[in-house]
Amino acid sequence: MSEQRPAVGRFGPFGGRYVPEALIPALEQLDEARLKAAVDPDFEAELARLHRSYTGRPSIITEVPRFAAHCGGARVLLKREDLNHTGSHKINNVLAQALLTKRMGKSRVIAETGAGQHGVATATAAALMGLECTIYMGKVDTERQALNVARMKILGAEVIAVEHGSATLKDAINEALRDWVTNVDNTHYLIGTVTGPHPFPEMVRDFHRIIGVEARAQVLDLTGRLPDAVLACVGGGSNAMGIFHAFIPDAQVRLIGVEAGGEGLASGRHAARFAADATPGVLHGAMSYLMQDEDGQTIESHSISAGLDYPSVGPEHSWLRDSGRAEYRYAVDSDVMDAFHLLCRTEGIIPALESAHALVGAMEVGRELGPEALLLVNLSGRGDKDMHTAAAYFGLIEEAQ
Amino acid sequence: MTSPGVREVLARCREQGRAALIGYLPVGFPSVEGSIQAMVAMVEEGVDIVEVGIPYSDPLMDGPVIQQAAAAALEAGTRVDDVFRATAAVRAAGAPPLVMTYWNLVLRRGVERFAADLAANGGAGLITPDLIPDEAADWIAASDRHQLDRCFLVAPSSTPDRLAQVTAQCRGFVYAASTMGVTGARSSVSDAAYDIVTRTRAVTDLPVCVGLGVSTRQQAADLAGVADGVIVGSALVRCLFGEGELSQRIEALRALTRELAAGVREGRP
Repeated sequence: MSEQRPAVGRFGPFGGRYVPEALIPALEQLDEARLKAAVDPDFEAELARLHRSYTGRPSIITEVPRFAAHCGGARVLLKREDLNHTGSHKINNVLAQALLTKRMGKSRVIAETGAGQHGVATATAAALMGLECTIYMGKVDTERQALNVARMKILGAEVIAVEHGSATLKDAINEALRDWVTNVDNTHYLIGTVTGPHPFPEMVRDFHRIIGVEARAQVLDLTGRLPDAVLACVGGGSNAMGIFHAFIPDAQVRLIGVEAGGEGLASGRHAARFAADATPGVLHGAMSYLMQDEDGQTIESHSISAGLDYPSVGPEHSWLRDSGRAEYRYAVDSDVMDAFHLLCRTEGIIPALESAHALVGAMEVGRELGPEALLLVNLSGRGDKDMHTAAAYFGLIEEAQ
Repeated sequence: MTSPGVREVLARCREQGRAALIGYLPVGFPSVEGSIQAMVAMVEEGVDIVEVGIPYSDPLMDGPVIQQAAAAALEAGTRVDDVFRATAAVRAAGAPPLVMTYWNLVLRRGVERFAADLAANGGAGLITPDLIPDEAADWIAASDRHQLDRCFLVAPSSTPDRLAQVTAQCRGFVYAASTMGVTGARSSVSDAAYDIVTRTRAVTDLPVCVGLGVSTRQQAADLAGVADGVIVGSALVRCLFGEGELSQRIEALRALTRELAAGVREGRP
């Protein structure tokens, strides 16, 4: 027993399992359950039924010519994950993990949430499947995403506002992990993005893979060719992995992730993990790029969009970046708000602030590539939840309260 | 280095027919100097091994008391370098210091450099709450090179296979978490503590020390009946909170340490 087993769940040097020993049996149980489910026709049929008749899949693609006029004339197609039930791509992964929860005989789910989209999706699935549900959310985020807090509570979830640390997504994950290690017997931690200990990064990617599989066929069908670039915003990176994955073998298709540049790199208030002096480290169970100081303490991130306000990133993104298969850039808050506004006014589509980062990327890349280019953008969520932030930003509401 | 190591201390306690008392405090709370004074005070009052914590921004295995202490220590500017002053001071006071650290702080410094600095400053080894042996190849090699102890954790949820795999990579002692959950005093230390010690003993000859939830003399005595060492954290850290003079808070720490030291001597016939 002196030899170690080979490390599991690695994407190159990234990923792994940096967690308390107490969680190992639950991770092994989860890994076994998801591998079994992956080859079980009953599981596949049940999930397909939910996608079709509950979520509303396949989500459509929409060509946006009036917006594209601002993208160097390139042709721009949006993958409309915003039209899914609950308003974002998050539901894809949540329904699958909720089914796994039942299969593992557990009666309770917990989840972290930043913008609230993953929390709402989890509360929704818990209501649908009769599971007890607790959502951890940073206090700062409960304030900027008050509408989603109300939605989760209406759906029957308990919402716990986490007040310590930066009171945002990373602290919500710390608290969810503390809950999990205490209640792992009856509780599944329904992680909402492609990070955390193995098997989460791989499993969550696989549950979102349907986005790219559908979109690839839809783009071919509509245009007769593959896009020149696929763009998505990257916080933890689940919507990006979801749309990228089916295109990874298509070497001619550029995969472009857009991080949150916040108030700009010079300000220090951003969530551009791959920019500036990027270094790998361990946070929340995975080795990946991480915003950290010279001692290894986590540096607090900042973004106008709560869903991208996270100091680390899914480990497979780190691998796609270092291996050169994907490229990453960032969009600053002010450009994001302009792109948000532009899509509303040119196409009548209100995007989530997270997804608006990908729109900034499309405007830049379109101008770089010119009118011959074909761009596919993952519109990962709708912006209803962001109305308060947007209205305040554009001065549409009185500061009455 | 003439003072005894972790194994010698645990063997000596066993000869004396008692469990060892292992006390945790984080460096930098309420200040670097204050924390070092407090650690030395614990040694003077009967702590056999000191678990020296490094404050970390995201301490996911810690409950509210240690979280608050760590946050205050970081707020006050505590650096990883400060831990080596603490280990040297604890060693000079005559007890082996084991550093309790989340893994990213070691990774960032470099595993080899961290191990070398620790060894050079009297450190006995590491307790690693978020590092499992499967991910620890670099640390296992570095700790072999520098003759440092490696305390990995086992938990009530650990299967017999995992217990065997984890304990095979431990050196010094095995850290058994008595309950499922995070650090923090609890009113009762569960039967799970007895169960995990018994199951761990079945797969290793190493000493087994128990932590998570111990705060009173009676709990220390109860656990001393089954374990080779009793680990106390939050209850000791709590002594250092409050408005009074640091000297008064350290007096409270000394008093609790004496109680716990009496407890670990009462557990066996």
